[in-house]
Amino acid sequence: MNLGAMTALELGAAIKRGEISAVEAAKFSLGQIEQYDRQFSCFVTVQDDVLARAEEVQKKIKSGEYTSPLAGVPMGIKDNMCQKGIQTSCGSHMLYNFKPTYTATAVEEIMKAGAVPLGKLNMDEFAMGSTSETSWFGVTKNPWNVEYVPGGSSGGSAAAVAAGECFYSLGSDTGGSIRQPASFCGVTGIKPTYGSVSRFGLVAYASSLDQIGPIARNAADCAAVLAEIMKHDERDNTSVSTNGIDLDAVLHTDVKGMKIGIPTDFFGEGLDKEVAAAIDAAAKQLEAMGATVEKFNMPIVKYAIPAYYIIASAEASSNLSRYDGIKYGYRAENPADLLDLYTKTRSEGFGMEVKRRIMLGCFVLSSGYYDAYYRKALQAKALIKAAFDRAFEQYDLILGPVAPTTALKIGENLSDPLKMYLGDIYTVMINLAGLPAASVPCGFDSKGMPVGMHLIGHYFDEAKILGAAHAYQQITDWHTRRPAGLDRI
Amino acid sequence: MYNSKAWETVMGLEVHVELATKTKIFCSCTTAFGGEPNTHCCPICTGMPGVLPSLNKAVVEYATRAGLALNCEITRYNKFDRKNYFYPDLPKAYQISQLYLPICRNGGIEIEAEDGGKKVIGIHEIHMEEDAGKLVHDPSTGSTLVDYNRCGVPLIEIVSEPDFRSANEVIRYLEKLKAILQFIGVSDCKMQEGSLRADVNLSVRPVGSESFGTRTEMKNMNSFKAIIRAINYESKRQIEVLEHGGEVKQETRRWDDSMGVSFAMRSKEDAQDYKYFPEPDLIPIEISEETIEQTRQSLPELPEEKRQRYVNELGLSEYDASQLTTSIALVDLFESNLSAGCPAKELANWIMGEVMHLLSDSGREPEDMAFDYRYLGSLIGMVQRNEITRNTAKKVFKAVFEEGCDPVKYVEEHNLKTVTDTSAVKAVIEEVIAANQKSVDEYRSGKEKALQYLIGQSMRALRGKADPQTVTAILKELLG
Amino acid sequence: MVITDELVTYLEALGRIRLPEETRAKAQSNLQEILQYIDTLSELDTEGIEPMSHALPLTNVMREDVVTPSAPAEEVLANAPAQKDSYFLVPRSFD
Repeated sequence: MNLGAMTALELGAAIKRGEISAVEAAKFSLGQIEQYDRQFSCFVTVQDDVLARAEEVQKKIKSGEYTSPLAGVPMGIKDNMCQKGIQTSCGSHMLYNFKPTYTATAVEEIMKAGAVPLGKLNMDEFAMGSTSETSWFGVTKNPWNVEYVPGGSSGGSAAAVAAGECFYSLGSDTGGSIRQPASFCGVTGIKPTYGSVSRFGLVAYASSLDQIGPIARNAADCAAVLAEIMKHDERDNTSVSTNGIDLDAVLHTDVKGMKIGIPTDFFGEGLDKEVAAAIDAAAKQLEAMGATVEKFNMPIVKYAIPAYYIIASAEASSNLSRYDGIKYGYRAENPADLLDLYTKTRSEGFGMEVKRRIMLGCFVLSSGYYDAYYRKALQAKALIKAAFDRAFEQYDLILGPVAPTTALKIGENLSDPLKMYLGDIYTVMINLAGLPAASVPCGFDSKGMPVGMHLIGHYFDEAKILGAAHAYQQITDWHTRRPAGLDRI
Repeated sequence: MYNSKAWETVMGLEVHVELATKTKIFCSCTTAFGGEPNTHCCPICTGMPGVLPSLNKAVVEYATRAGLALNCEITRYNKFDRKNYFYPDLPKAYQISQLYLPICRNGGIEIEAEDGGKKVIGIHEIHMEEDAGKLVHDPSTGSTLVDYNRCGVPLIEIVSEPDFRSANEVIRYLEKLKAILQFIGVSDCKMQEGSLRADVNLSVRPVGSESFGTRTEMKNMNSFKAIIRAINYESKRQIEVLEHGGEVKQETRRWDDSMGVSFAMRSKEDAQDYKYFPEPDLIPIEISEETIEQTRQSLPELPEEKRQRYVNELGLSEYDASQLTTSIALVDLFESNLSAGCPAKELANWIMGEVMHLLSDSGREPEDMAFDYRYLGSLIGMVQRNEITRNTAKKVFKAVFEEGCDPVKYVEEHNLKTVTDTSAVKAVIEEVIAANQKSVDEYRSGKEKALQYLIGQSMRALRGKADPQTVTAILKELLG
Repeated sequence: MVITDELVTYLEALGRIRLPEETRAKAQSNLQEILQYIDTLSELDTEGIEPMSHALPLTNVMREDVVTPSAPAEEVLANAPAQKDSYFLVPRSFD
């Protein structure tokens, strides 16, 4: 049995049929991590209870307690989701030793489905970044080429799936942090509708934008994971009741008759030609499958980044104020007084990008500037939502690029934060509007780096997005390709 | 020397009231007072990474009740905001509060003005928020210890208009506010436990001036007496500053009751920019017209209505009625015995007399009365049935008040019943006469004072269990 | 909007952070660039638009007022860098 070539659902089915045990699957993944993680640095922590958990899961599959199609499948969790007793660091020195006494709801839900977590996946510090270079624990490498970044902030989550170190992972997406690394690593990832997956236990970056979602090898796996974690949660005031995801419906979606819109404003200055060509080709493919594809204007696009960075930084500056060296995490030594404890702890505990966003956030909220920046950004947010609402009166899905380029070389963006922010142009507006959107592999550039297409749906249309993606993946093979050296696993 | 007559003091109040809900505002930890440090806590109220607030329904209900009882408009669509500042008692480094759309606005209550007339104190707004933790100084290390048990206890902050002109008005408002909030059951308003805290914003201006002076905010007064002292201190201080050609600095001052002075607080001064913004973790609250109407209907009789009823229907004096209605505990004491058939006036006399007396002697608040309220009625009943004398009853009540004794049992156990058998009384008095020949002689020679002495001796021999009038009559009879 | 040195200092104070001396100038110019870009938002006509905090119009999600057991103090303090007698320990915080 070639485990390395299997999807999460295929492995789950094999475990269910008894062809392989959860323990064997876990051993396989641990072996993969052993073999490849030194190269890619996807994991911050590998749990020491993986085999014990796999044994327990195997028993419960036999006893009929775990019936999920994913039961027994080894997976990874982004380092910003709390797991009781397991170091949860958010890629930061600030939480280098933090072990929560509680577990995130999404993690609890996936555990109820019989998940076997392997460990915590690397990320940009506090999910701030698009390259996974800002982690205190080191830089995660792109499995397609270790000189390139995997994207971010869920870079570990995407790279681990691409490298075959786990079968799927949980990531989080505040301004593209699932979709952009999925695109850079040639895997499939979806950010669901805001409120459909509980944020309880997800260490907050920007509360009104953060959302947990899966990264996997294909759309069907993503749907299977979403089916387990899209649950209403009383512990999250912004949680909504959804009808969940009908995996069967996703697997039998026909794009024939679907109306797909492409905003012309997505194809402006800054978009890489090869990426544009790959998206065009994907549009043609979908057309060939029976969808109607049409261009339309969405001029509000250009205001998405300013609005996003105002709102996200403002919320971050507040959310990250709790890291003060008193209750948990890093504490500076020998502070002169209370103020010094705060300032020293936070100066030594946070990296540069986090500091930058805290300062930006403090600025836009400070007295005298609130109306011009924060309030204005909330108005822009309302206009962006309205523009999407109008678009979805016309279209079932919206198609475009996930990012203006493919993965950049390590170090290329770190020194120029504004350039990095501009790379989020297509993704951030989705978070502002709270919509679901996926990144689906649709090609490669001339350097051999993957390209993802962005499939955006209206509220709670996750099944439609993943259904269309699944149909596309029945006809294309971009998602089944493996990085050189890994394809023979 | 300063001339206080030339100046007018202007004050507004910010009153924080802890709500009497069972759980905290954003988590299900208990709000019970006390407890070992950090034992009424969970990841939510200690601001652990990744946790989220979950709003307690009762807090919104209580705040709505308070708003209606204080004649406010209820904000049908209201929401929470974050107030950001760093301090060790605030584990998230932001307080969830309401700035932009507070739950209640534009209310007011009527108080008696200095000139004896009526005056309305406006209530600008009431908002819901969370309390902070407690800091304890540790002398052995010179460090500060932090206890988060109070952190997340629900508060309403009642912000008045700057309508006060004297310390007396402030106290009358606070008494009334306290009574109303107790009556509607939203808070126990115990100042010693910090469940009612008043910050005073104070400025002075020349009499006749229309504009306001620069104000200071005073904190940390934990009794009405302290509030009066702090107001008088601050008003005098500001007048003196101004009369010496100085300027009042806008600042927060901490009252030190033991020293009788206030100090400017240093730490809160530098760069106070709260960076308020809408709380993204909580969705808005919508209160329907029906809910508001239902809440209004469900409000119990408020102190003012009760006071009028006590005067008009029960025949109490204005003074007694207004004193009784300052406290829900006094009202409960009164009404629980009234409904058990105790006569209103007699009850009122007891409460205004003995109860108030013992409260003031012990320095306790009416809410601290720990005895079964029905005991007062049974005691009064015993007096009315002449089972014990009034004097005995007072002594018994002291035991009831202090130890919570059942008066009926107490009277029995201590054998305090009035001796109704006159022959037994007579026998005791005869013994007293026999033992006090000198006084008998004096009485007989016309010294009235000697009779008082003999009455006293007899009462003592009877251990107070006989009615003094009966004793006097028997004595006179026996002495011829 | 010009990011002056004073403003950087003020923002550091607000955020309780201190930029390392050697990166301060760079950070200031980065912030300036970012803010300049963000300022393009002022071109957007938002006249009469209600600011939107939540994309989905939810209201009134509340919990019943029922007590559940609190965490033991050991758990509350499990990650505390400094503690004493079940209290969190911080430098002197009184005036």
